[in-house]
Amino acid sequence: MKPVLEVRDLMVTYPPRRGAAPARAVDGVNLQVRRGEIVALVGESGCGKSTLARALVGLVKPTGGQVLGDGEPLGYSAAALKAYRRHTQLVLQDPGGALNPRQNVFDAVAEGPRLHGLTDRLGERVHAALARAGLRPPEEFAGRFPHEMSGGQQQRVVIAGALALDPSVIVADEPVASLDASVRGEILKLILELRDSLGLSALVVSHDLGLAWNIADRVAVMYLGRIVETGTVEEVLLRPKHPYTRALLSVLPDSGERPVLLTGEPPDPAAVPGGCRFHPRCPLRAAEQDTLCDSRDLPVLTGDPSRSSLAACHLVH
Amino acid sequence: MTARDRTREPETPVAASGQDPASETPVAASGQGRTPEGRSGTPMLDVRDLRVTYRNGERAVPAVRGVSFTLDRGQTLGVAGESGSGKSTMALGLLRLLAPSAQVSGEVLFEGEDLLTTRWARLRAVRWSAASVVFQGAMSALNPVRTIGEQICEPILLHEKVGQRAARRRAAELLDSVGVPSRRSGSYPHEFSGGQRQRIMIAMSLACRPDLIIADEPTTALDVMVQAQVLELLGELVRESGIGVIMISHDLSVLSHMCERLAVMYAGRIAEIGPSRQLIAEPRHPYTRALGRAFPTIGDPASRLAPAGLPGDPPTPPELARLSEGRGCAFEPRCSEAVAACRTETVELWPSGPRREAACLRVLEGSGT
Ligand SMILES: Nc1ncnc2c1ncn2[C@@H]1O[C@H](COP(=O)(O)OP(=O)(O)OP(=O)(O)O)[C@@H](O)[C@H]1O
Ligand SMILES: Nc1ncnc2c1ncn2[C@@H]1O[C@H](COP(=O)(O)OP(=O)(O)OP(=O)(O)O)[C@@H](O)[C@H]1O
Ligand code: SF4
Ligand code: SF4
Ligand SMILES: [Mg+2]
Ligand SMILES: [Mg+2]
Repeated sequence: MKPVLEVRDLMVTYPPRRGAAPARAVDGVNLQVRRGEIVALVGESGCGKSTLARALVGLVKPTGGQVLGDGEPLGYSAAALKAYRRHTQLVLQDPGGALNPRQNVFDAVAEGPRLHGLTDRLGERVHAALARAGLRPPEEFAGRFPHEMSGGQQQRVVIAGALALDPSVIVADEPVASLDASVRGEILKLILELRDSLGLSALVVSHDLGLAWNIADRVAVMYLGRIVETGTVEEVLLRPKHPYTRALLSVLPDSGERPVLLTGEPPDPAAVPGGCRFHPRCPLRAAEQDTLCDSRDLPVLTGDPSRSSLAACHLVH
Repeated sequence: MTARDRTREPETPVAASGQDPASETPVAASGQGRTPEGRSGTPMLDVRDLRVTYRNGERAVPAVRGVSFTLDRGQTLGVAGESGSGKSTMALGLLRLLAPSAQVSGEVLFEGEDLLTTRWARLRAVRWSAASVVFQGAMSALNPVRTIGEQICEPILLHEKVGQRAARRRAAELLDSVGVPSRRSGSYPHEFSGGQRQRIMIAMSLACRPDLIIADEPTTALDVMVQAQVLELLGELVRESGIGVIMISHDLSVLSHMCERLAVMYAGRIAEIGPSRQLIAEPRHPYTRALGRAFPTIGDPASRLAPAGLPGDPPTPPELARLSEGRGCAFEPRCSEAVAACRTETVELWPSGPRREAACLRVLEGSGT
């Protein structure tokens, strides 16, 4: 069966500013989300997760490679995008920027259904979406404006907006980042329920590895525009191979390991190092003194979802 | 503040008496071990019975319903609690940064001066140079048409008597210290990722070397690695420059790392307060317990594909208003440990161990203490 969502050799390069080099925010990514599957995309701040998510729903046009929905290459005409987004919904990072300050909660959530002509029993639809996102009773919130709600409540309005269209695919960019554990758990349960009852598929961007453990089937770890490790959640989180994944896990509070804090220049997509792009900060290379790391480029991971784990590293396989 | 509003007796040990014995180890908020002679010197921040109600026409949202605590220089207080429990309202209320629809009462003594009654001009000066705020959702608060370098330099130029060059140098240092390459000073906000913008806001809040930083969810968009760097930076400022920090976060591990003390809010009040690590390891209030349980542990088979939450909803505004008037515990409808008395008794913060307090009747029975 074709994956519901796929990218092939995706590149997104932001144009340079004033003499600088262009920023290769997404620099060769293969990724698949199969029907009914939840994939978590994790990685350092600035590594390209939001850019990839935006490309997946056609908000950013790739500078190379392809986005495919149900096996069909994404079209970029207004009509093609509208049809695509009827079923594939994006939950934007940063609710503050995603919500229109002059639109009340009802209208914000009703926007999608109205755009797609789903105005039959609109009130019911909107209230149901609000309730599912944990804004209960919905009448309490429907008339409010974004500034009359807490940060987490705004975030849930954005989630309700995506749910109101009963999408079959959700691309969610940090959907629960500003929610406390108790509300977060309820929202994640909802995503799992929708997967089980309606076959919802999802790509969830998060910096929170615990979220992957809670709801994802597979996880992809991104570093500086590339996926450096991918596989099943159990494989990647319990038996990480790539030195970057290992460092990420070591910093978690109950990892039981000595935290490996990465030092050195923060990664910059306008100056991607040659050889392995992680080499300037890699603890393993430092220990092994391996020269391959600095000089030989690594192939782009295929993203083959049937493999339990893949890592882009010269020294581990 | 009206006397009717007070739900506690004045002599009950409360979270903020402002009279902690100075000899004690740093205590951000405690009324325990209060001695008759009081403490030498006033704490930097002394919040007494802060209440905030939003009023829009007929509708009233009692968002903060009596919060008290103290914070001294070099101290760190974490604030956790359910979404909508009043954390941001409380924090912004301290500096009168709330919308005009917010009615505020109580006292906020900053270096002995009540910020709730002081003149606006004075308050503005305090906001810039003495206490700075990192707003929640700050990612979208940057000015879209000015470079981030300009935006960080602006307060420095305005409030510190330095020239352009020195201001630019300081801005560059600040950016590097939060892991945003300073060579990108000339870029505009939309050219940064969410987490980068969040770090730029943190850099900006440090620009004028404040004595107190109120940070509202400053690390929501940061991965563990970058988060560790930012927390390390703030920790250094606390240790070396003795600044005070109030940090709101939904991430208990961030708070236990960063903050010596922790206040857990529920429905506009402090449900539990005390040393962070103790509160997390041995919660006394059922809500704190639920919060801790909902936190996933990687590798724990019980939480694999099974996120834990807390079913049910917090009280609606009318229910909150009723609770403020009468008796009963706000958490009762969702509490797995509730007993009949929870609906009829007045619940307030009671001592629940050394330097800690919890607003739960069961604490009185000595359960768990
Ligand atoms: N301007 C306003 N008018 C009316 N109600 C408001 C207003 N601002 C906030 N509220 C309400 O007050 C309550 C407390 O909001 P606050 O922003 O303090 O919550 P919070 O604890 O910071 O939550 P979060 O973790 O989601 O940010 C919420 O129920 C919110 O809906
Ligand atoms: N319009 C732009 N022009 C130039 N560079 C950009 C632009 N937008 C993003 N970038 C850069 O591209 C990189 C990837 O950004 P992106 O927003 O995809 O990161 P992210 O992984 O989502 O990070 P975060 O976790 O902080 O949200 C970052 O280094 C960012 O600075
Ligand atoms: S290839 Fe070398 S530098 Fe890259 S991750 Fe592997 S060991 Fe580290
Ligand atoms: S007072 Fe009663 S209802 Fe409230 S938290 Fe304690 S046990 Fe639960
Ligand atoms: Mg992002
Ligand atoms: Mg808030």
